[in-house]
Amino acid sequence: MYDKGKIIPGIIVFVCLLIFPILYNSGSAGVLPNPEKPKDQKECVKDKQYMRTTHMQLINDWRDEVLREGNREKVVVQGKKYDKSLMNGCMTCHTNKKKFCDECHVYASVYPYCWDCHFVPKETI
Amino acid sequence: MRILYPFLAVLALVLISFVGAKMPGGQSLFGVVIPYLAFFAFIIFFIKKIIYWAKSPVPFRIPTTSGQEKSLPWIKQNKTDCPSSTGGVIGRMFLEVFLFRSLFKNTKTDVEDGPKLVYGSSKYLWLFGLLFHYSFLVIFLRHWRLFTNPVPSFVTKLELADGLLQVGVPVLYQSDIILLLALTFLFLRRVIRPQLRYISLASDYFPLFLIMGIGITGILMRYFIRVDIVSVKELAMGLATFKPVIKGDIGVLFFIHLFLVSCLMVYFPFSKLMHMGGVFLSPTRNLANNNRMVRHINPWNDTSIKPHSYAGYEDEFREFMVNAGLPVEKELPPAAEEPPAAEEDKPAE
Repeated sequence: MYDKGKIIPGIIVFVCLLIFPILYNSGSAGVLPNPEKPKDQKECVKDKQYMRTTHMQLINDWRDEVLREGNREKVVVQGKKYDKSLMNGCMTCHTNKKKFCDECHVYASVYPYCWDCHFVPKETI
Repeated sequence: MRILYPFLAVLALVLISFVGAKMPGGQSLFGVVIPYLAFFAFIIFFIKKIIYWAKSPVPFRIPTTSGQEKSLPWIKQNKTDCPSSTGGVIGRMFLEVFLFRSLFKNTKTDVEDGPKLVYGSSKYLWLFGLLFHYSFLVIFLRHWRLFTNPVPSFVTKLELADGLLQVGVPVLYQSDIILLLALTFLFLRRVIRPQLRYISLASDYFPLFLIMGIGITGILMRYFIRVDIVSVKELAMGLATFKPVIKGDIGVLFFIHLFLVSCLMVYFPFSKLMHMGGVFLSPTRNLANNNRMVRHINPWNDTSIKPHSYAGYEDEFREFMVNAGLPVEKELPPAAEEPPAAEEDKPAE
């Protein structure tokens, strides 16, 4: 083998880059998200799997309907009325941003821009 | 056929993982076993290939330059295009690896009315090649958000920058769009230009389709047929800490994406994609043009073979040469046949 002095360090740097997550975590998967569920409510506007994967699009659609089309008609699911609103809808049950929203968002490194306009509920300010 | 077969091959891979991930045990096969095997195969075969290449002797410097070589003091040298020092070579390699300087110098040849042969600069391949590679790099680094906990701040910042336009929810990453656009260009380029189409092989189209497949499944997962990202991250974290668990309902699209990535990793070291490592070993880029300053000794020379000068050669064969009537520089020493000439030659011994 020729140019060992350059090729071997090169390979080491390359492999270290590839296995960066393995080195960075060093075997610990960290804390798993555990969003606090509302105690007195069992149902949401959609089923659990839908909410887990697609809640952001639902909220985004609500924003467009309410703010851009002026359609504030309430969402009725199984006879129950929900405000199409983050603060007056979602957060009436899921009251705590830190203990509910941020749990998974921080875990998955998602920083939605809800809070560019909305005030964070008081308890976390 | 050279386009259709690779396309069908990628389609088959999609189908295999689509069906496979739905079978019992398929999720752990496509989510854990195959990705692990593929990742370690990638590392091992990548290194093997580099070592194999490194075993080839370093050739005599090949001065393929587009600049003035170091010459007389009053002739200005082009220090990056025709470097004569290590620093210059580092500069040239930097431009090559990070900015694809060779592609920047691409030219096109056309025949115009006349007929007249014209040459012009052609920057499209350079531009789209650069866009493709950098988008791919950004996407690769961005994926570390799923493999690290807590997520390092540089990954978060990269994501923020990539989604700066804040289009839609989840925010659109520019790199996703640029990657697919660039791939489309790189594909169309091979299909539309007759010369390129003629020289393009199945192994040129396959990686394009495969990476397109990866990009499309990734985009679908983020914006359209959505998967549960928290379960995905739990699996990814499990893989990165060697304690893989599959929890929750992840969605089959994720397994298709992961299988295509695994295929890419296995295919990589055996294909043209190895230019990733190979670019560093390009002899026309990584050797200084100092042919006239540094003596090149072939590394395969047998050191037990000593130099043999003409004088030594004649010393060895003088008698035979004289016998054969060949001219010699030094006459035979006076032997018994010619005793009278003896005194002349003696001191020369």
